[in-house]
Amino acid sequence: MAVTKLFGASVKRREDPRLITGGGFYTDDVKLPGMLHMAILRSPYAHARITRLDVSKAQAAPGVRAVITGQDLAGKVNAMPCVWLLPDSDLKVPAYPVMATDRVRYTGDAVAAVVADDPALARDAMYLIEADYEPLPVVVDEVEATQPGAPQLHDDVPGNLNYHWKFHNGDVDAAFANAEVVIQQRFIQQRLIPNAMETRGAVAQWNPGADELTVWNTSQNPHIARFVFSVVTGIPENKIRVIARDVGGGFGSKIDFYPGDILTIVAAQRTGHPVKWIEDRSENFVATIHGRAQTHEAELAANRDGTITAVRVKSYANMGAYVTSGPGPGVPTWLFGLIIPGCYTIPNLAVDVFGVFTNTTPTSAYRGAGRPEAAFLIERMVDLLARELNIEPTHLRRKNFIPADAFPYTTAGTLVYDSGNYQATLDKALEVVNYAGLRQQQLQQRQQGRYMGVGISSYVEVCGLGPSKAAGAMGFQGGLWETATVRVLATGKVQVFTGTSPHGQGEETTFAQLVAEDMGMPLDDVDIIHGDTGSISMGWGTYGSRSTAVGATAIKIATQKVMDKAKKLAAHLLEAAPDDIVFDHGRFHVSGSPGKAMTIQDIALHANVAWNLPEGMTPGLEEQHFYDPPNFTFPFGTHICVVEVDAETGELKILRYVAVDDVGVVINPMIVDGQVHGGVAQGIGQALYEHGIYDKDGNLVTGTMMDYAVPNATQIPAIETYRTETPCPHNITGAKGVGETGTIASSQAVVNAVVDALAPFGIKSLDMPLTPERVWRAIQAARAGGSSGQ
Amino acid sequence: MRQAIRVSVNGEERSSEVEPRLLLVHYLRETLGLTGTHVGCDTGTCGACTVLVNGEAIKSCMMLALQADGTQVNTVEGLAKGDTYHPMQQAFWDLHGLQCGFCTPGMMMAAIGVLQRNPNPTDEEIREQLEGNLCRCTGYQNIVAAVQSAAKAMRAGSGVATTAPVSSGAAGE
Repeated sequence: MAVTKLFGASVKRREDPRLITGGGFYTDDVKLPGMLHMAILRSPYAHARITRLDVSKAQAAPGVRAVITGQDLAGKVNAMPCVWLLPDSDLKVPAYPVMATDRVRYTGDAVAAVVADDPALARDAMYLIEADYEPLPVVVDEVEATQPGAPQLHDDVPGNLNYHWKFHNGDVDAAFANAEVVIQQRFIQQRLIPNAMETRGAVAQWNPGADELTVWNTSQNPHIARFVFSVVTGIPENKIRVIARDVGGGFGSKIDFYPGDILTIVAAQRTGHPVKWIEDRSENFVATIHGRAQTHEAELAANRDGTITAVRVKSYANMGAYVTSGPGPGVPTWLFGLIIPGCYTIPNLAVDVFGVFTNTTPTSAYRGAGRPEAAFLIERMVDLLARELNIEPTHLRRKNFIPADAFPYTTAGTLVYDSGNYQATLDKALEVVNYAGLRQQQLQQRQQGRYMGVGISSYVEVCGLGPSKAAGAMGFQGGLWETATVRVLATGKVQVFTGTSPHGQGEETTFAQLVAEDMGMPLDDVDIIHGDTGSISMGWGTYGSRSTAVGATAIKIATQKVMDKAKKLAAHLLEAAPDDIVFDHGRFHVSGSPGKAMTIQDIALHANVAWNLPEGMTPGLEEQHFYDPPNFTFPFGTHICVVEVDAETGELKILRYVAVDDVGVVINPMIVDGQVHGGVAQGIGQALYEHGIYDKDGNLVTGTMMDYAVPNATQIPAIETYRTETPCPHNITGAKGVGETGTIASSQAVVNAVVDALAPFGIKSLDMPLTPERVWRAIQAARAGGSSGQ
Repeated sequence: MRQAIRVSVNGEERSSEVEPRLLLVHYLRETLGLTGTHVGCDTGTCGACTVLVNGEAIKSCMMLALQADGTQVNTVEGLAKGDTYHPMQQAFWDLHGLQCGFCTPGMMMAAIGVLQRNPNPTDEEIREQLEGNLCRCTGYQNIVAAVQSAAKAMRAGSGVATTAPVSSGAAGE
């Protein structure tokens, strides 16, 4: 079957046949002979001393094989390591023990683990553990935790100050001193709870004869898991295999490595049996990282003509009770601060971020991770400035956009935006929604007492993480390059090994499209292998929209190396000079003699049997490439949301949602659209529904799916997707990444629309989520002549 | 303690001794090894565990295995007939109705339940009736499109009849 054009085609996903027939293989589907099950007892208190822990009844319960406490682990396993050591920030990393021994700091801290013959028996015995606590004062709010007299979480971290990250560029003070207009606004980025549909878990198998450990893990990055497991347990890295076959969504929450993973390993070593631990949903709510949870004090300086001259931000980032083994400290700092100027030529930038410990579940990366917060901040501020100056918000954006001919452009955030055309996506979005018509309609409806609003969000993000040099400069304790191995077997079938670890993004399809096209092979003959440290040499995983920008580039180059070798072998076998060999649709032939040809499959057989190779050529047809990108990638776009608010009830309805994105060259449009849909849904979730709430005692009151509003099908509108295409200039596919754009672009589009709808009430700002109650209260306050903002 | 149950699962008669507290979803997954049905929340909120019991979509984490005694249960594993996908499976594949795939089996079973009640639903009706099945990846857009496409195919009579989309009558096959 000759392949015509795979690259750029909406090829149906190759993952799907197994996933739609029940043939997926998720961590909870692993079943091994003699496998035991583990349950983890977690602290019911947000902050307390453990005064007594008696596990004797649990130990004696039916089916129990082992009970593990913090005391058992002392001296045997290390604390969970911090993997992002922010430089120049006075970062303090208090010990994050795998299990608490004397003190618990959030409801979710592990206190003991029970291993039993089945999950129910483990759970039964867990409830027999007697633990007494002496409650300590609790603080859950990131601003309150910095106040004098606030409860202290860690003795070695005064003022609960995890770090003070500072980024100042330009003369910000002068810009504010000379500003004709200054806008100030506080924004709350409420706590979000990722809620991948598959909770986290692990299955650990220890082979004592070989000293080998195998872990099936719900991970976005199994190779880094292997490293962290080694660091914590002391098992050499080369004796550990981590497998993440099918993973049921991650959204950042499966980047981190968790105490529960380590406990599963310890339990397997202790019992000599394979051990499975799978979170139930309630456990997932408290034990898996949360996202956002920041308070921003933002200021913007501008001239009366609308030219923005500076932005100053003071941020309090709620880190939860510990710094986890994940990207936690990098999210509210580097991934937030540098991209605050967004699409605009803002020359001066000052960002001060205070990372604060509180008695809550630790925070880390949740889809977009820092960049949604930045895009929300700047796009809300631009709208506030437009309101203040009475300038049409689209005009104000245009006035400050980095012009299309100014790229590459170095921002006040010191990022070098490689390419962009912000006007084009704004123009397209305005045309699609009929912006002028909407504004007319809005005026007419207001006269009838109806409140329709239009919200614009022009965004740029930084992803495709990223150059390893930049990772090092930012204090990330690892590289951000990627590996690919392309192996052609004697039968002409291809195995492609990638260090990225997709978990729903469809790369088994998109990567195969790329290889099949370049090798002129049937798509079905190319297999993408991911998520197994046993077969893949190295990889840094899937997050930061990096898999295509970095992983696919490595694959394309490795494929090219294979084809170069194949061409040399074809020349040898066809008795021609390599320069005279033409490759076309899977066949090598001598230039001018299309009849004298060999297929790539013929060449694969010859390479693998190696009976007749040219002088100096090694057997086999397999090449590897290590790729470290020279820069990040910078997808951008404009999203427009149209809402109608019922001023009597505060309820709102999204009438239209239009997304115009530029993610560079697109390999599979169907998959890219799907990524945008899902990303936008999560941004709308933040704007309208989701809110992780703690009470003052540190209890998570939104600790189930009944209380925490993961949006359902009635709550997400149809999303209209459009694209412009500005290729990434620094990688050979031209792709930039699309996993996070929807989330980064959308929350502020919704909030801008609602605030625009309520402009007649003088309302300028609303805190997310925009529940009917909040909107109604704001309208009531405005009607009563109260303050317009919050 | 253990009690005997007989359940027809995807047309196959199964007899088992189960603990009274065993949930149907765990019976399917652990006892029978049918791991296509997933556990997403165990409080009946997410719908990942949706199966058909006597033709009706139910959340199998909210039902005891004992309660399924004497019933006909259909799971995702029984949807395809040989090499032919059920129209719902085909539509989910054709229209990119899934990403990570974890909610998908339950979503498809619930959607089959929707079409049994209403073979010709509007988009809005599909969204309302799938309210009890959460998906974190797709934003639901392509799920709605897939259900519409499956509805059309099923009305046209391709695959299985709309009245019994997953014939547990497959028993005799």
